Amino acid sequence: MSGSPVPGGPVLEADGALKVFPGVTALDRISFALGQGEVHALVGENGAGKSTLIKVLTGVYRLDAGEIRYRGERVEFASPLEAQRAGISTIYQEVNLVPQMSVARNLFLGREPRSRFGLIDFAGMRERASEILRGYGVRSDVRRPLGSLGLGAQQMVALARAVQADARVVIMDEPTSSLEPREVDKLFRTIAELKEQGRSVVYVSHRMEELYRLCDRVTVLRDGRVVHTGPLAELERLRLISLMLGRNLAEVAAEGLTKFGGRHHSHAAPVLRATGLSRRHVLDGVSLAVRPGEIVGLGGLLGSGRSETAKAIAGALPLDSGEVAVAEKPVPGGSVAAAIRAGINLLPEDRKAEGIIPTLSVRENIVLAALPRLSRAGIVSEGDVDRVVETFMRRLRIKAAGPGQRVAELSGGNQQKVLLARWMAMNPKVLLLDEPTRGIDVGAKAEVQTLIDELAKEGLAVLLISSDLEELVEGSDRVVVLRDGAVVGELSGAEVTEEKIMAAIAGENDD
Amino acid sequence: MTTQTTPAPPVPATQTSRERAGRLFQQHGALLVLAVLLVAGTVAFDSFTTPANLGNIATASSFLAIIAIGMTFVIISGGIDLSVGSLFVLGGVLAAYGSRYGAAVALALPLVVCGAFGLVQGLIIARTRMAPFIVTLAGLLAARGLMLSLTDEGATTYLVEDDLFARIGQGGVFDVGYPFFVMLLVLAVAAVFLQRTGFGQNVYAIGGNEDAAALMGVPVARTKVVVYLVSGLLAGLAGALNAARLSSGVTILGIGLELDVIAAVVIGGTLLTGGAGTLGGTIAGALLLGVIQNLINQVGGLTSSFQQVVSGAFLAVVVVTHRVLGRVREDT
Ligand SMILES: Nc1ncnc2c1ncn2[C@@H]1O[C@H](COP(=O)(O)OP(=O)(O)O)[C@@H](O)[C@H]1O
Ligand SMILES: [Mg+2]
Repeated sequence: MSGSPVPGGPVLEADGALKVFPGVTALDRISFALGQGEVHALVGENGAGKSTLIKVLTGVYRLDAGEIRYRGERVEFASPLEAQRAGISTIYQEVNLVPQMSVARNLFLGREPRSRFGLIDFAGMRERASEILRGYGVRSDVRRPLGSLGLGAQQMVALARAVQADARVVIMDEPTSSLEPREVDKLFRTIAELKEQGRSVVYVSHRMEELYRLCDRVTVLRDGRVVHTGPLAELERLRLISLMLGRNLAEVAAEGLTKFGGRHHSHAAPVLRATGLSRRHVLDGVSLAVRPGEIVGLGGLLGSGRSETAKAIAGALPLDSGEVAVAEKPVPGGSVAAAIRAGINLLPEDRKAEGIIPTLSVRENIVLAALPRLSRAGIVSEGDVDRVVETFMRRLRIKAAGPGQRVAELSGGNQQKVLLARWMAMNPKVLLLDEPTRGIDVGAKAEVQTLIDELAKEGLAVLLISSDLEELVEGSDRVVVLRDGAVVGELSGAEVTEEKIMAAIAGENDD
Repeated sequence: MTTQTTPAPPVPATQTSRERAGRLFQQHGALLVLAVLLVAGTVAFDSFTTPANLGNIATASSFLAIIAIGMTFVIISGGIDLSVGSLFVLGGVLAAYGSRYGAAVALALPLVVCGAFGLVQGLIIARTRMAPFIVTLAGLLAARGLMLSLTDEGATTYLVEDDLFARIGQGGVFDVGYPFFVMLLVLAVAAVFLQRTGFGQNVYAIGGNEDAAALMGVPVARTKVVVYLVSGLLAGLAGALNAARLSSGVTILGIGLELDVIAAVVIGGTLLTGGAGTLGGTIAGALLLGVIQNLINQVGGLTSSFQQVVSGAFLAVVVVTHRVLGRVREDT
């Protein structure tokens, strides 16, 4: 470890921190120091231990050995509440807020404005909530249940909540994974303000541009150990990636940043054809076709109808009108089962809520949907199941203690691979991928991209949704651009560039 | 990526009218049905809308309503309390037994003992994270056992020996008994706590998402303990009032009462999954069950078991309606 001096003196430190989970040493006696007024990047592959470090710093988990110091004094926070009271406020990676409660109540939970007699002043609370959130670009009615807002807006509420006047330290665990550019901008401005005020920020992200734009110093974790800590500006991007991956520089350089191969050319008849998909306020006559062996990208902002299009094709969103056909055979609408029978499989955006069953094992999650195929006369062949599970765990390089490990215990990237494995075990014809690499680290991202590429080469029709323009451009053979639930452009071949996609999103060719 | 060229996406500004209708029905559906039944009862039976009969419904429903207030806290917090039926009976026996030492003891004894039951259940649920269903089922059996041992297996019935205490249960203003006013008082205090204090917000938060609430700094364990304590206290209070009304600690009434209580809460629009619900709905739910019972008695020739059939059918309708409304809201 390079012992660079901590600027402004350390505010929050971990010293020899050890945290062991059954079967995994999540933190292996690591030391970490956050300076006064600095923005400190915490990076590492999925499963490196970033979230665990944050949780031991903020009283969610107890350390097995070592100590935490805050403002020079040893602390043992018994709960996140104590850490918050001491001035450490955190946006955790997973769900932070309560979806059933209103936006305003979520924002103020635990510090509601009081009126006479110490009772909560709801009118004042709503007014202040609207005012604060307008500053974050959230213009929804603050009485709405939080869960009815988009993921990005929810994340902005979490940010507004975390950035309180009394917070000396603000910790953000992958805050940008569900934000759109406008919101990311606001987040960055907020972080800059925090820094100006002399407050400290711990920032976890996989996005290189963000890290270099925002952060002063970096700590790189790998397999629960600190492999580097020091000023970020002095560290080259490739060197940082190689530290995270534990691979050497030449290897990373040779392989580029995304893992998609060349274009696939296909002249076969489309296997998936969607015509005039419409649903009031959501989709407005969306039509598209995907040939076997082709990757078609769906471009557009959050809320433009990309996920809804995928869901509609997969039978998970009832339609007012429109038709989906696989190999020219119409698929009955509004039924996920019918879509699966026709060979359409969807990898949903929110894998926690819509895909993964965290309490079940890797094995059970993989074969869940394929069970009918793996059984004869209703009897499941254990041998077949083992073979399928083993094949996919190896092929997708799923990192788990074994097929019996609970999926909840895997890192995000590995959970995503388990979901992919589930659908691949079904021998699908059409694969709909909604943000397949969101929130997973560089290494896992590259692997998932390679895999998508391989699948297309094998003749699968792939519909790819990604907010990462680079990924969309490099991955797709064609890109269909949506805005406000309608198709506003289609690009193919050499037209598929970031500029053209953004122009279509912005509507520059309309007028 | 350049971010300047991207326009702001449409932001949903307010709730849609469909969302609002769904919420309104969930929150006030019981009240609506209650109004309809009152009108129907007036039209169908001359003897229904008399002051004596309405006062009787109000008084008879207040015991269930008081317990249901506590249960509302429990269910909104994401839990369930199966012990309240047994605690209600135990409270009644203790009140009757204590009445020989005066009204104060008759009231305090059930509150202390039933409150202690609630407190212990809350501590076990909060500390061990055992399922509330199991813990309060054990509480149900323990409270029933204690009650049976106090009454020699139900052979001994204690009579209320204090006139002042008896009057709390039997007196009233015009045709409405004091227990109804006690219920209103409990309701007022509970509503302030649930809606206007940090404690109330915490109850909603842990019912909505316990993990997120803990990460947001909600004192989850403490909140749960208080919730079960309140439920136990109110079950004891209802038991005491009932004993005062009947002049004795009756040992068989109230067996299975916890299910009626849960039914009243759910009919009142509180979601069994936690995180949402109102006390107003609960009271409407309790009164609704009372009115159904009264109407069935008016019909005559039907046994009171039939009331359970009607309440059960009604509960099923409510739960299905919740589900449908919930889906509407997710879809839009
Ligand atoms: N609650 C838990 N129980 C068991 N294992 C866990 C738990 N949380 C994390 N882990 C394991 O600890 C390691 C580090 O995980 P985490 O801190 O979430 O990584 P990161 O945030 O860097 O992706 C992983 O191997 C993960 O599977
Ligand atoms: Mg993490």
